[in-house]
Amino acid sequence: MNHATAAHEFQRDPARAAWHDQTLWMVRTKRDRMAARVPEWEQLREAASQIKEHTLSKLADYLEQFADNAEANGIHVHWAADGDEHNRIVHSILEKRGARKLVKSKSMLTEECHLNPYLEKHGIEVIDTDLGERIVQLQKMPPSHIVMPAIHLKRAKVGEVFHEHLGTPAGLDDPQQLTEAARQHLRQHFLTADAALTGVNFAIAETGGFVVCTNEGNADMGAHLAPVHIACMGLEKIIPQQVHLGVFLRLLARSATGQPSTVFSSHFIKPRPGQEMHIVIVDTGRSRQLARPDYRKSLACIRCAACFNTCPVYRRSGGYSYSYFIAGPIGSILAPNVDKAAHSSMPFASTLCGSCTAVCPVKIDIHTQLLKWRQDITGSGYTPWWKKAAMQVTAFIVSCPPLFRLGGWLMRKTTPLLNLLRLDPWTKHRDLTTPPKQTFRQWHNKQSNKIKTAP
Amino acid sequence: MTIGLFIPCYIYQLYPQVGQATYTLLTRLGYQVEVPEKPACCGQPMSNSGFAKLGTGCITDFAREYASFDHIVSPSGSCVLHLKESLEAQHSPLAHRVYELCEFLHDIAKVDSLPSRFPHRVGLHQSCHGLRGLGLGSPSECMVPAFSKPAHLLQMVAGLELVPLDRCDECCGFGGTFSVFESDVSVSMGRDRIHDHITHGAEFITSADMSCLMHLGGLLSREAPQVKVLHIAEILAGTAEKELAVDGNGLP
Repeated sequence: MNHATAAHEFQRDPARAAWHDQTLWMVRTKRDRMAARVPEWEQLREAASQIKEHTLSKLADYLEQFADNAEANGIHVHWAADGDEHNRIVHSILEKRGARKLVKSKSMLTEECHLNPYLEKHGIEVIDTDLGERIVQLQKMPPSHIVMPAIHLKRAKVGEVFHEHLGTPAGLDDPQQLTEAARQHLRQHFLTADAALTGVNFAIAETGGFVVCTNEGNADMGAHLAPVHIACMGLEKIIPQQVHLGVFLRLLARSATGQPSTVFSSHFIKPRPGQEMHIVIVDTGRSRQLARPDYRKSLACIRCAACFNTCPVYRRSGGYSYSYFIAGPIGSILAPNVDKAAHSSMPFASTLCGSCTAVCPVKIDIHTQLLKWRQDITGSGYTPWWKKAAMQVTAFIVSCPPLFRLGGWLMRKTTPLLNLLRLDPWTKHRDLTTPPKQTFRQWHNKQSNKIKTAP
Repeated sequence: MTIGLFIPCYIYQLYPQVGQATYTLLTRLGYQVEVPEKPACCGQPMSNSGFAKLGTGCITDFAREYASFDHIVSPSGSCVLHLKESLEAQHSPLAHRVYELCEFLHDIAKVDSLPSRFPHRVGLHQSCHGLRGLGLGSPSECMVPAFSKPAHLLQMVAGLELVPLDRCDECCGFGGTFSVFESDVSVSMGRDRIHDHITHGAEFITSADMSCLMHLGGLLSREAPQVKVLHIAEILAGTAEKELAVDGNGLP
């Protein structure tokens, strides 16, 4: 389904759509307040941007350095060219240990690779332990937002889901009681898991260690209790040195949720005695994106989702209106790299207002890349014929002054009728302006004549 | 000094009063103003729809027709941004001689007073391409000292009261062809904008971009016809009051 059609569905419930907009706008304003308290905020953004630019320019070197150091620390490092290979690697690790239950902290990468259905097919139970992600997992739905996976659900809906799956009383919508129910439910799984899988927020080349940021401590609960810890990361998660963490950790949580820092920023450097630790580094089109000068900066993304929260289109259309698992502005510049045809409507789901670029903590030129993808997509022919025809006609009319005058005359003459009929997408909701008595050129010509004939 | 005035296609055809006000403002400041007939359009509608190649003729025409001017002014932030970016991509020196009207009045003409009067409560819609693209003001996302060139100019108008807004620079949802191809979201965004202005008691919504106002005005006309849109040039030139006395859109 293209974005416009899905957004139309979302807008059919205007009250809920307004609630969604206001909820995410609140997160944006929290971000503003928190960012304003850091006097060097803009310098931090610039530093983060430059560190990422530098890292991307020497990515292969830093990846090798990271892998060497991680291995020296006793971590097994695996390389996956794509999602399938990633899934096979994870499965083979679990199979070797005879693992039947995996607890997972939030990892958008495993969503990208469709790991859960793959493992379930092989008889392994997967429990998402991030509260929001667990809620949508129980609903058999994907996250609608990369930081707040269940942000589209109201409390009462969560109560219904828990009633159905966790046996809480019907009609329960008290946040504390719901959270307690989730806590008890998840604790059982933490205690009985055979392996834990986490994402990676930052992988440090210099040390071979990595950092996982959560608010619920679920990554730690999983990794500290299970005998096997698997960490999965896209190859762009590398930063060169430990000192660079200070820049990114100060930006990440403030940009994401308006918190000064995530509740847990957990540093993993080596397995504890008796534990097995693995890192799976995944490409899936990232190296292809790196080779495209117009789009490579998209690999600097630290997945804070500030661009989601600020995007007026995302807020009013919801995460499920985007065809890719990463929605919003950043998703719209990542998706076409993966499959241009399947995600051809995403770069058009924007007014190009530029708020995404202005809010981005690593200064990705998101709206410029959206515009470039539009050219790419139409150039590849993934656009309706009538849209192309309409643009050809427009281009022809504006290039020819007599035609332009005639077209304008026709438009002014038909405006009252169009406003009356309200059949086209514009006049369905909006009036066209009352046509003026003369055009600018007619006025200007009279003006010039007046000047010429003046004594 | 002679200024090349670029009147965008939709202002030419539908909002001549905006062109007239711009012309009046500039001539009153002592500039000679010329308006070449070509191009009619900057090419942005084609480019934003993914057909930038169809708009290159507009840029070529513009570069030829306006080559002789030291300063080119247009009352549309969006068109100016597109012209600048397209000319820059061609390494044309003209890119640095194109100004949005407020930008020109503020940075080049350095206007510090205006004889105009407009005793009304006015909401300023900060159009995105002017704000974030041309830097006419500080976007709310950026932690920089607050400023706004359009607001600074409006404050010179006697009697004018700027109303505060809950969301001072959220997009109105026009977005060129977005307003048609994604009309549901576009309309929802526009409604939220007009309600923000109305809640704060605005009698008029103004902007440096008529295209945003075409969208917001179209919604107002159906949902709150007592509130009107006016391009910032009409308020700054003092032509708005006269027009309102006539019939709201006719030229004197």
